[in-house]
Amino acid sequence: MSKAMRAPLPERILRVVVIVVALVLAVGPVLYGVVLSIRPFSAVLNAPLDLFPSPSEWDFSSFGTALADEADGGFGLGRFIRNSLLLALGTVVASLLVSVLGAYAAARLRYKGRGVVNGIILSVYLLPGIVLAVPLFVMLSRVGLTGNLVGLLIVYVSTTVPVAIYMVRNYFIALPESVEEAAIIDGCSLPVMLWRVVLPIAAPGVAATAIYVFMIAWNEYLFALLFLVQKRELWTAPLGLSQLTEISVPVTVLLAGSIIVTVPVVVLFFIFQRFLVSGLTTGAEK
Amino acid sequence: MTSTTRRFSPWARLTRAQRENLNGQLLTAPTLLVILAIVIVPFLAVIVFAFADLRLVDIPYMSLGTIDWTLDNIRDAMGSQAFWGALGTTIAYATLTTLGAIACGLVTALAIRRPFRGRGVIRALLLVPYVLPVIAAATIWRTLLNPQYGLINAFGLEFLGWDRPIGFLNTTTYDVFGIGIPLTLLTVVAFEVWKTTPLTFLFITARLQSIPGDIEEAAALDGASNRKILTQIIAPQLRAVVLLLILLRFIWSFQSFNDIYLLTGGAGGTQVMAVKVYTELITRADIGSAASYGLLMSVILAVLLAFYVLLTRRKEAL
Repeated sequence: MSKAMRAPLPERILRVVVIVVALVLAVGPVLYGVVLSIRPFSAVLNAPLDLFPSPSEWDFSSFGTALADEADGGFGLGRFIRNSLLLALGTVVASLLVSVLGAYAAARLRYKGRGVVNGIILSVYLLPGIVLAVPLFVMLSRVGLTGNLVGLLIVYVSTTVPVAIYMVRNYFIALPESVEEAAIIDGCSLPVMLWRVVLPIAAPGVAATAIYVFMIAWNEYLFALLFLVQKRELWTAPLGLSQLTEISVPVTVLLAGSIIVTVPVVVLFFIFQRFLVSGLTTGAEK
Repeated sequence: MTSTTRRFSPWARLTRAQRENLNGQLLTAPTLLVILAIVIVPFLAVIVFAFADLRLVDIPYMSLGTIDWTLDNIRDAMGSQAFWGALGTTIAYATLTTLGAIACGLVTALAIRRPFRGRGVIRALLLVPYVLPVIAAATIWRTLLNPQYGLINAFGLEFLGWDRPIGFLNTTTYDVFGIGIPLTLLTVVAFEVWKTTPLTFLFITARLQSIPGDIEEAAALDGASNRKILTQIIAPQLRAVVLLLILLRFIWSFQSFNDIYLLTGGAGGTQVMAVKVYTELITRADIGSAASYGLLMSVILAVLLAFYVLLTRRKEAL
């Protein structure tokens, strides 16, 4: 960067101030949650302003209490997490299976009805989830699919497919088409070519999409609330935590639970940050 | 599957374009199937339910033939104070969160635009609120704002001379120098701005990075001030992405349910349309009414979108 571009001092100071404030606002509340989760509840009540408890005061028992089964005097978060994990992994597999195929068609193939299909996918993306929640609740209760994880899985797949197609399509478009043509000329069929040629090259992008889908399913709350609220055994982690808020569970336990639920997605996100960011914002550059 | 590509199979006799056409349709079939079953059919069902006298207890016996058709749901909704109140709240919420998130994202993106040491780490940390599961974010905020042990109230009582704790999550109007402000609505707006600013920040940063540096450098050499560079060179480049963000953010916050419901449950004047649909369905067990709220909500959103598209198109033409 040349000297002429160097900003004047007041502007540089302003910039630093903005960055510091933004950082405090973005990360501060999460750190606050972490600090409170390792303090005893009585200490939080007595000294709410004490944000730097001495290590002797640290108390990690909230994490154990949150995770342990109800039978062992805990709140069952361990089981809720297992449910969420099953559901999120199932959603990732099913949603990617469907959307890798759709995305390849959207990226490369000219076929009749292409415009209509793309329009439908976009409009699905924009349709309010709460509006669909009413008929889905009614229809799935009618066929007995509420109160189990399969009904929820189907809904999660359909709500994640549009965004997954959009992301995977962007990664596919960026690939060199000549490799695929060469494979086809060598006698590869389309499914074989997709599996052996396209997916390996697009692996980072597909992995990033998988993580994004995982995050959506892991965080989802509305449909879990509608379908599973009567079945405590099957509660997902977000549903379980929100239900625990209703009964008087110590806030330190709730925060410990929130931290436990947060760690997997934050770790996954930061590992794949670069790919995720480019997948989400492609198209914004123009 | 590979057998279909062997010579002399019917598949081999198709022309390349025919094959591509068939492949395209086959590959999109699963997507369409899923969308048809979980989106299109249910959306048609919303329209049917909106004109049906249907309650949750009727579910085991319902079928298309036995529906009692009625206009009451729509009429009741549009005639009720609650509907128009929820609509006003929703529009205020969506507008404020959209503008707030874009303003904050813009300021942060501009501040972090030039490379410096540690920029990558800072950028990653700024994304934390977006990555955080909404249940964790809501739990933390509820704790922060709690009247008994929350940090904000403790701080206000100790250092800002507040007489008593403020109920941020259940105060419809709060008196500030004789002016009533919708405190809880503003609190949920702040929450949503906090949670979605990372996304606007990301989009704007992506756009800023694709502006070629030499334009700016040339302008600087020609003696353009920093302010001039910002308003004359950067701003026009950001126009498209800001318009896109306005559209996307508005659509999403217009239908926002989780964030508001988890923070307030609809208390304190935060009964937006999505929360209203939920309470009609679950609390009042009235499918017809819930569906009519949902349908009206979709129609209003579609009208607002059409209006927006017309408005931005016309501006572009000028």
